[in-house]
Amino acid sequence: MSFNEMLGPDGKVRLPYSKVESWLKQLGPSDIERALRECDARFRRQGITFAVYGDEKASERIIPFDIVPRIFAAQEWRRLSAGIEQRVRAINAFLHDLYHRQEIIRAGRIPEEVIIQNEAFVPEMVGVNPAKGIYAHIMGIDIVRVGDNDFYVLEDNCRTPSGVSYMLEDREAMMHLFPELFAGQRVAPVENYPAMLHKTLEAVAPSSTGNEPVIVVLTPGIHNSAFFEHAFLADEMGVELCEGGDLFVSDGWLYMRTTQAPKRVDVVYRRIDDDFLDPLSFRPDSSLGVPGILDVYRAGRVTLVNAPGTGVADDKSIYTFMPDIIEFYTGEKPLLNNVPTWRCSDPQELKYVDEHLAELVVKEVHGSGGYGMLVGPTSTKAQIETFRAKLRARPSNYIAQPTLALSTVPTFVDAGIAPRHVDLRPFVLSGDQVRITPGGLTRVALKEGSLVVNSSQGGGTKDTWVLED
Amino acid sequence: MLGRTAASLFWMSRYVERAENMARLLEVGYRITLMPGAVEGHRDEWQSTLASAACLQTYAAKHKQIDGTMVINFLLFDEDNTSSVKFCMRAARNNGRAVRTALTRDVWESLNSTWNELAQIDPASITPDRLPSFLDWVKQKAMAFRGALLGTMLRNDPYYFSQLGNFIERADNTARILDVKYFILLPRPTDVGSELDAQQWAQVLRSVSAHRAYRWFYKDSRYKPWLVSEFLILKDEMPRSLLFTYNWINAALKDLGTLYGQRYECHGLASEIQELLKNGNMEEIFQNGLHEFLADFMHKNNALSTAIAKTYNFP
Repeated sequence: MSFNEMLGPDGKVRLPYSKVESWLKQLGPSDIERALRECDARFRRQGITFAVYGDEKASERIIPFDIVPRIFAAQEWRRLSAGIEQRVRAINAFLHDLYHRQEIIRAGRIPEEVIIQNEAFVPEMVGVNPAKGIYAHIMGIDIVRVGDNDFYVLEDNCRTPSGVSYMLEDREAMMHLFPELFAGQRVAPVENYPAMLHKTLEAVAPSSTGNEPVIVVLTPGIHNSAFFEHAFLADEMGVELCEGGDLFVSDGWLYMRTTQAPKRVDVVYRRIDDDFLDPLSFRPDSSLGVPGILDVYRAGRVTLVNAPGTGVADDKSIYTFMPDIIEFYTGEKPLLNNVPTWRCSDPQELKYVDEHLAELVVKEVHGSGGYGMLVGPTSTKAQIETFRAKLRARPSNYIAQPTLALSTVPTFVDAGIAPRHVDLRPFVLSGDQVRITPGGLTRVALKEGSLVVNSSQGGGTKDTWVLED
Repeated sequence: MLGRTAASLFWMSRYVERAENMARLLEVGYRITLMPGAVEGHRDEWQSTLASAACLQTYAAKHKQIDGTMVINFLLFDEDNTSSVKFCMRAARNNGRAVRTALTRDVWESLNSTWNELAQIDPASITPDRLPSFLDWVKQKAMAFRGALLGTMLRNDPYYFSQLGNFIERADNTARILDVKYFILLPRPTDVGSELDAQQWAQVLRSVSAHRAYRWFYKDSRYKPWLVSEFLILKDEMPRSLLFTYNWINAALKDLGTLYGQRYECHGLASEIQELLKNGNMEEIFQNGLHEFLADFMHKNNALSTAIAKTYNFP
């Protein structure tokens, strides 16, 4: 039985939800219909859309938004955020170590081949010293809940985590639709995220920068699935939204092409993967990036956010070592649990996974977005067998985890209000300090029983509240 | 501001203007087919509409014969046609989407909702009886966009670039319609002064929404080629005339020059064209040939567009 966040195990309404529960009871069908219609129109009009790859017809969709908020008590959040901060600090220390002395390998806590053979390890980053020693300035830590005090980290997204614009727009939508809900209780605001992001980016500008660093957001362009978010963040921060062609390297510095003289750029918040960042260093066929940008970066004349090569820390093969990594760099026990994980590259563990496929969740080591994964308990026999063939052909490509009973939150579905499984992605900024927005993005699997919350697989989102004391 | 941003603003406005002009041309074409007259004339009329829209060649490459339904569909919905209403609205919206940060919410939402509604329309549902209201809808959407732009955008570089795109397109459109109707279609000596002749001139005016304005302005209900041409070329009271568009273009360029503290070759080029129109007189223009005059104008207008793109680093 999954943990229901509104109604505890004893069926009594849990304290953080008390007000929302009574509000839900008095909400009539016509109120709901009006709210849902208004939401849909609002999101569409504003173009808050994302693209689904491989779906030509509906190339732009809105992510379904659910009007029942997901709520944390202040003290629950304090515990969670302490664990998140610990994890984020450890990851940045780990990345610094990997690209310098590799003490953790010398100490025998992580086998060398896991790092060296990792495709996300970027040799060009060895010896580079990013400003403030920060590599992953922006992280999204995916967390699931299975009980009152039981949280697990599913994934650490250290490359270019997305979704923060939904966190902000969901709150806007809720405050617009149901202002009365916010009147009687103190919900911690999220709206200063863009300002905090701006501060973080400023703090990591190269030392060569003048008083006001020039910051840009680098996007692959309007056809990217997260383009709305790129434009949204640039707009909220008041900085230029650039495509690769808008930037160029000259005499060892990075510039943007403007309607007047070229303008020097100090900080690039890039939403382009490492592979496409610089055709001279990485994929030569990339037209999305900026030729020569990596050299400017290595010379310390521009800051790339996140740094190249951070992906090595969120790789699913590294994930299994995360408890060791946290202990090694912080000297503390991890505050947040890892999900027990089988590495299929190990013949013993592969054997176990192969025998228990129907109970497990199996993921690609390098995959993301919920593509190419198997959720054993909800799959048909045929799906499992198809997957088994893939697993056996390339075992090192997979890891497996027990199927967690993700917590549920009441959600509006066709049949009315029903519990649906959720996860949580808090957004964490690291620059001069670590900043965590209270709450984050709650993703909800809208299909009954489904555990897959990814928007590309039909998931929706909820406004996420942290109540203040 | 990024050069690409300037280019997108320029093209965003240019495409909306083009879509609006297309709706007007189709309105006129459709109207003519409803008029009593030789059935023979209908085919000519659609051909004339295609020519006025500069779509004759692209149409001929796809379709063997000229047929009303096919022409309407080609000019409204065919996305292989870079002047179709659907193509223009998509291009305008994509350009706007790429530079959302430079737009006000009102401008963006007007573009976005237009596109969302247009994308839902099944071309087959626009039957002849629904065509007029659909064309009205397109015009209203284009005007709402322009209203949002004029009413909410800061008067700085994003605004100036959007105005340049808008009026360079409008200048090209007015010149082309006048040229096509006058030079290619009209002059068979027997037609001059005939009922058909009057109809053709009424049509030229209607394509730029100026048939009423013409009567108010000249206090004369008869359409005279001389006056119609003067109205559309030299009168700055007329908001789709060449002089009017160049006054607006020059104002935008001047403000841009002040903002950036620098004037370029394109400034000279634009004021040269403006002077030409300001000092122009119809007698001279007709003597040297209206077609030659308009062809030269379109060439210069195009050259200005290129010069602006080069000066301000459009990609």
